[in-house]
Amino acid sequence: MTVQHDPSVYERIQAGEQFQELRRRYRSWAFPMTIAFLVWYLLYVVLSGFARDFMGTKLFGNINVALVFGVLQFVSTFLIAWAYSRHAAAKLDPIADELRGGAESRDEVGEGAK
Amino acid sequence: MSHETLSTILFLVFVAGTLAITFWASRNTKSASDFYAGGRSFSGLQNGLAIGGDYMSAASFLGIAGIIALSGYDGFLYSIGFLVAWLVALLLVAELMRNSGKYTMADVLAFRMSPRPVRTAAGVSTIVVSIFYLLAQMVGAGALVGLLLGVHSEAGKIWTIIAVGLLMIIYVVFGGMKGTTWVQIVKAVMLMVGAALITLLVLGKFGFNLSGLLGDAATQSGKGDAFLNAGLKYGTAAQGTWGKIDLISLGLALVLGTAGLPHVLIRFYTVPTARDARKSVLWGIGIIGVFYLLTLVLGFGAAALVGSKTIAAADKAGNTAAPLLAQKVGQDIFGDVGGTVLLAVIAAVAFATILAVVAGLTLASSSSFAHDLYAHVFKRGAATERQEVVVARVAAFVIGAIAIALSIFAQSLNVAFLVSLAFAVAASGNLPAILYSLFWKRFNTAGAVSAIYGGLISAVVLVIFSPVVSGAPTAMFPDADFHLIPLSNPGIFSIPIGFLCGYLGTILSKEYNASKYAEIEVRSLTGLGAEQATSH
Repeated sequence: MTVQHDPSVYERIQAGEQFQELRRRYRSWAFPMTIAFLVWYLLYVVLSGFARDFMGTKLFGNINVALVFGVLQFVSTFLIAWAYSRHAAAKLDPIADELRGGAESRDEVGEGAK
Repeated sequence: MSHETLSTILFLVFVAGTLAITFWASRNTKSASDFYAGGRSFSGLQNGLAIGGDYMSAASFLGIAGIIALSGYDGFLYSIGFLVAWLVALLLVAELMRNSGKYTMADVLAFRMSPRPVRTAAGVSTIVVSIFYLLAQMVGAGALVGLLLGVHSEAGKIWTIIAVGLLMIIYVVFGGMKGTTWVQIVKAVMLMVGAALITLLVLGKFGFNLSGLLGDAATQSGKGDAFLNAGLKYGTAAQGTWGKIDLISLGLALVLGTAGLPHVLIRFYTVPTARDARKSVLWGIGIIGVFYLLTLVLGFGAAALVGSKTIAAADKAGNTAAPLLAQKVGQDIFGDVGGTVLLAVIAAVAFATILAVVAGLTLASSSSFAHDLYAHVFKRGAATERQEVVVARVAAFVIGAIAIALSIFAQSLNVAFLVSLAFAVAASGNLPAILYSLFWKRFNTAGAVSAIYGGLISAVVLVIFSPVVSGAPTAMFPDADFHLIPLSNPGIFSIPIGFLCGYLGTILSKEYNASKYAEIEVRSLTGLGAEQATSH
């Protein structure tokens, strides 16, 4: 059931320019974004602990900064998830498909998928 | 008819429905891939719902609504950590894991390492994390039945724990991943519909004026504007700076723990491709996000309409806030019958929630026992698929029985902290091992083993000597005092310890396998050689 590949196939693909580009596109988006949303989240938690007067400032009616900041965490989570799916579909999936299709069509697949 | 009778009938309907699904699933569960991964044939939406069903536990439904109803804003802090955590899973883990693993978390960790030590460590960590989580849920079930069905006798609680345990064993032993996933899907739909209904009724009573709702909640709580800000539960003025550091420590464990929870990770294997894994996390984020926004309204709504005093009088932890709110809005809008019906519905949803979550946890731990410990450690990879599935089913039975026994023993103790401990262990031990495995070329066996044990042991030891185990009135053992650390949440120390142990273990060992790294890197990013879906 599992597709068996000669290990050297992977090393050849890994060394190729196309794969290097795929890895660069994936990491250069996912890594900085992860740091960004973790910092944004920690800023929120630290302010909730240490800046309560600021968080308690009322903006309109009974809606204060703490509530808006919290809801913004939801908004940013939804936006980042949406942006990632767009990035992956446009920039990552085509290269991944090409690399996989290329290796499979050159019959570097041992048994073949069942 | 009383609400207790109606709840019981509704819950029995859910049990009958899910048992029917389980027996249908058991006839379609033949291979190991069926049992462990549901044949990898679920769609992105189905798995997204199941992710929601697995993740939205009674602790997050009743627990968070209760914390908000009693302590206001602090409950919201919890839900934000639970949600943002899914971005770690989406960006760094879900797709790569789907492409490089097979059935368990250890498949990815052991990919380029010496299998026996790494699978032993990952298996131990999986079982420990799942049992902690299971205990908290099952003890919670025992307490809930008292609150929701009016059963207050010790025997009633014990029988509830046994019944919940037996049902979860049946789901897992017979239904495997297929049955368990469908139970999660049914439950997720019920929970979302129930929570949305009550939320609409509550908002309707306030003319959809959120500010008015918050104002009433603040007034009724008796705490005024402080109720709408952080600090009534976590990092209170009385706890000083350590309390605030504790809050940050909790936040870290929540946001980094999700992507290291074994029962969450195995969900990514149930879909045909990495792209479906991505889709399922996107659906999961949408469902979980909306759900936590609903609980915000439920919590503040309960404070405003039922009142914090009434809620605290019914249960000190506020776990009945959502059911009491359902009864109250039902009564106000539809009369007594409406109140009875809505309360019964929410109570039945709460039990469905517990059952679905404990089934997911039992499946994760029994899969890891059979696939990691039995097949690869004891049998050194020589077990047949058939043997593995038999062992997994026996393990589900044994782990279920152990969980029942431990829960009966622990039912008078305060074990709610075990959920956040499970997140802390997952963040400190599992997450560093997973991230290093996927992204660090040099990572090796010694590194993986050190990260898992380092994170696991440091988190557990820090908690043993913390105020949640002894030395406080709310501790697990309130009469003893051997606490040494003022922090209830170990994450702020144990997470860096886990990452550091993984780093040191790696550089102190010479092992390095370039060709296996090429394999996991290419496979995880392209899906070349990934496990295929089985068709029936």
